[in-house]
Amino acid sequence: MNDTTQQTVSDLELGPTELAEQLAHTWRTPRTLWGTLTTVDHKIIGRRYIATAFVFLALGGVLALLMRLQLARADNRFLTPDRYDQIFTMHGVNMMFLFAVPVMEAMAVYLVPLMVGTRNIAFPRLNAYSYWLYLAGGLMLWISFVLDMAPDVGWFAYVPLSGPQFGAGKRSDIWAQMITFTEVAALAVAVEIVVTVFKQRAPGMTLERIPVFVWSMLVTSFLVLLSMPAIMVASTSLILDRLIGTHFFNPAEGGDVLLWQHLFWFFGHPEVYIIFLPAVGMVSSIIPTFVGRPIFGYLAVVLALITTGLLAFGLWVHHMFVVGLPRIGESFFTASSMAIAIPAGVQIFCWLATLWDGRPVYKTPLLFVIAFLITFVIGGLTGVMVASVPLDTQVHDTYFVVAHFHYVLIGGSVFPLLGAVYYWFPKIVGRHMSERLGRWVVGLLFVGFNLTFFPMHILGLAGMPRRVYTYQAEMHWGGMNLFVSVSAVLLALGFLLFFVDALRSIRRGPPAGHNPWRASTLEWATSSPPPNYNFTRIPVVTSAEPLWQDPEVLPVSSGLRVDRRELLVTSLTEAKPQARESSPRNSIWPFLAALATTVMLITSIFSPWAVLWGSIPLLAALIGWFWPKGTPEDEG
Amino acid sequence: MALLRRAIALSVCFTCPGCAGWQSALDPHGQQARGLEGLIWTFIWVAAAVWISVMAVLVVALSRKSGRGAGNERRMRVTVGGAVAGTAAIVLALTIISFLSTRLVSSEASHPLEIRVRGYQWWWEVTYLDARAERVFTTANEIHIPVNRPVRLQLSAADVIHSFWAPNLAGKQDLIPGRENSLTFSAQQPGTYRAQCAEFCGVQHAHMALLVVAETPDAFEHWRQSQLSPAASPTNPEQAEGRKVFTSKPCASCHTIQGTSASASIGPDLTHLASRSYIAAGLLQNTRGSLAAWIADPQTIKPGNNMPNVPLTANELRAVSAYLAALK
Repeated sequence: MNDTTQQTVSDLELGPTELAEQLAHTWRTPRTLWGTLTTVDHKIIGRRYIATAFVFLALGGVLALLMRLQLARADNRFLTPDRYDQIFTMHGVNMMFLFAVPVMEAMAVYLVPLMVGTRNIAFPRLNAYSYWLYLAGGLMLWISFVLDMAPDVGWFAYVPLSGPQFGAGKRSDIWAQMITFTEVAALAVAVEIVVTVFKQRAPGMTLERIPVFVWSMLVTSFLVLLSMPAIMVASTSLILDRLIGTHFFNPAEGGDVLLWQHLFWFFGHPEVYIIFLPAVGMVSSIIPTFVGRPIFGYLAVVLALITTGLLAFGLWVHHMFVVGLPRIGESFFTASSMAIAIPAGVQIFCWLATLWDGRPVYKTPLLFVIAFLITFVIGGLTGVMVASVPLDTQVHDTYFVVAHFHYVLIGGSVFPLLGAVYYWFPKIVGRHMSERLGRWVVGLLFVGFNLTFFPMHILGLAGMPRRVYTYQAEMHWGGMNLFVSVSAVLLALGFLLFFVDALRSIRRGPPAGHNPWRASTLEWATSSPPPNYNFTRIPVVTSAEPLWQDPEVLPVSSGLRVDRRELLVTSLTEAKPQARESSPRNSIWPFLAALATTVMLITSIFSPWAVLWGSIPLLAALIGWFWPKGTPEDEG
Repeated sequence: MALLRRAIALSVCFTCPGCAGWQSALDPHGQQARGLEGLIWTFIWVAAAVWISVMAVLVVALSRKSGRGAGNERRMRVTVGGAVAGTAAIVLALTIISFLSTRLVSSEASHPLEIRVRGYQWWWEVTYLDARAERVFTTANEIHIPVNRPVRLQLSAADVIHSFWAPNLAGKQDLIPGRENSLTFSAQQPGTYRAQCAEFCGVQHAHMALLVVAETPDAFEHWRQSQLSPAASPTNPEQAEGRKVFTSKPCASCHTIQGTSASASIGPDLTHLASRSYIAAGLLQNTRGSLAAWIADPQTIKPGNNMPNVPLTANELRAVSAYLAALK
């Protein structure tokens, strides 16, 4: 190991100041353009990922407002039908693939390594690659929108409407390739999270001491790994149908239209839980901190997470209850869809019990959790309604379903996410967001959200289908739609205020210490914001609430080298130290590889040969990526 | 219970004065829709009860002052376990109710009226089937049915996926290229009910409606006889001129009018166009004026639809709309 002339330096030999300096030097990212492009620091990439996802949230929100403007009155001609179709498609695609999934993974990229007490995420260069690819996919989609060639077939892109015969131009190809971009990015992060959680936990963090948020991201990552291949198969088959004339989905040539829906929803339903389970983790982090007691029923909550993850793969047909499948098969999917209410119930009751037994401190994050409980339970219950086959035949593809899934996605995921932003902002930025504005944000969002989306249940039952660019005055849906549109402005104001607060607080928020909320998990054991090496010494975990133990001293381990990037590898279940492992240095190659991938994917929209010649620069970039550079990190 | 039901029904109507509820799942006029309405309300009541209970616990949990952290872990475990068991019981009950309702609303009828409905971008072709070929006829965007007799729709699609949904009568069913689906229902009262495509099918998905006219058996039989006859002949020179325009201009390359040389099947069959109350798949009420407007500029009225703007002189337009308006 020591075949170089370089002297190895271990943290045993250094005093605290020297140690911090040496670590900061080893793990540094220069504050230059070069540093920006080459960094592999999970915190910098995580921050970027979060910020980018929130930009997409804002853009998607603007699209929603445009739709509400169009639907505010009957027979409105504010938007052309073609533009409206692009807008509702973009809204769905953007919110699902560019906001909801990435933002959850982004939070994990930032938080999971800190919460498990390690110095960087596993495969940090893959992490950088993932971000660049995600950014490129998002830019491609939005540029296509500006050029009036955005996808217009819904986020689900059903064939044959998206197929070669009916989907003219390149719009559906852009949809399919955007899927490829974001799925590769998501799969990469999923692999990193799984490995980080399995092998890089601080010594002593046995399975039953893993924070619930980390558990939730582990389950989510497995959902990503198992579900996303289905949609990659689907989108690739679609692009093959469109580009080189295969007939996967063409019934005239022995293909099958419904195959698309099975593949899409085999991904699409777990996708809901990919967005929701991290929120479960966030709620389970926020409640204990603000009521001052550990979560009630830790084991039950973790098992509920895993059960939900498993059941998520047995529900996809409930999106297809009106396509004419055999009734007995549909009844099975009713049963499995309803069964998922049981683990959801377990989680809710455990949170209620934790609140019951604790002393709530009503800071903004907890207010978001309360808003979450009130709205998400409604979304869950309407979920039970749409799980019933006969009932679904009346509400499927109506505004009732629009109401239902916004209750689940905004009430169930965005509220906890915003609570999580208020909660972890001090850690990430080192400053608090405004408590006063925060209350206004919660209030506006809660009221605005319910006024906007609750009437949609009624509109759906009153016959209004989804995805219509207008409706006739004689349908009498005008009054309620106007009410919804006006309420949407209130909701938008809530989001606007949130962005104002966040941006303002980056520079002007009151400074936060290490652990401003007196929380129990490891990310609060280091400074705010954390140094580039996360922890001067790797913590040793002896309980599920390492920062709440008595006496309040956190044991640490030592013996890692500080002259190279090194982290501690521990065993899967017991988290016993197994090895010291090097962690890659900064590199430009992930950026170049992402660039090469982008060129290949975008040009392959226009010619199948691009896959061939486009892979040459990608290959070159990958060779550069893995080529030994003679740094200490190359040693075994 | 009945009070709240009325309140919600009212709140719908309040926002839509004069609301006929002619496309509403909560205003059932058929056996299937009635069963589904009962199911919807059952679920709403159960959901409301569950939500109120959970919220009550939340309020108490947040507001109570004493006994915090008192180590009553065991009691909490029992309570949470009980709540989960209750959830499971409710879920099981709802699953069984749902299963039974499925059987109730999807029972197959004997000797139903068989109608083939084929979805096109963005209109409906309707063919009344009969064992005797001379009793088969085709119309579009309007279905007449006799009350209290089961109707079985054979659903197929010509281009992309559509979905047939007449909420006052039954739940929806998709029309899928390469597949044949069916939907059986019956109307209990005479009336006009609106159906609309529920699966996004392209740029004019919003304007793909269909009327279901339920009438007494006698009225239905009368309507059927009139549909079986060939198109009305022109009764004045203007109409005669209109027929000439229709058959000599591009109109005839897409449409059929039985009894004339126009026999294409790309667009709706117009043999008895004037007997239908709407044109352009539920978009415009069928008057001579709206017919003329539609023919003059279909791309402004329904942008992106498959009917091109056909250049006609003012006289031609007047004549052809006079002819079409007389096709009772």
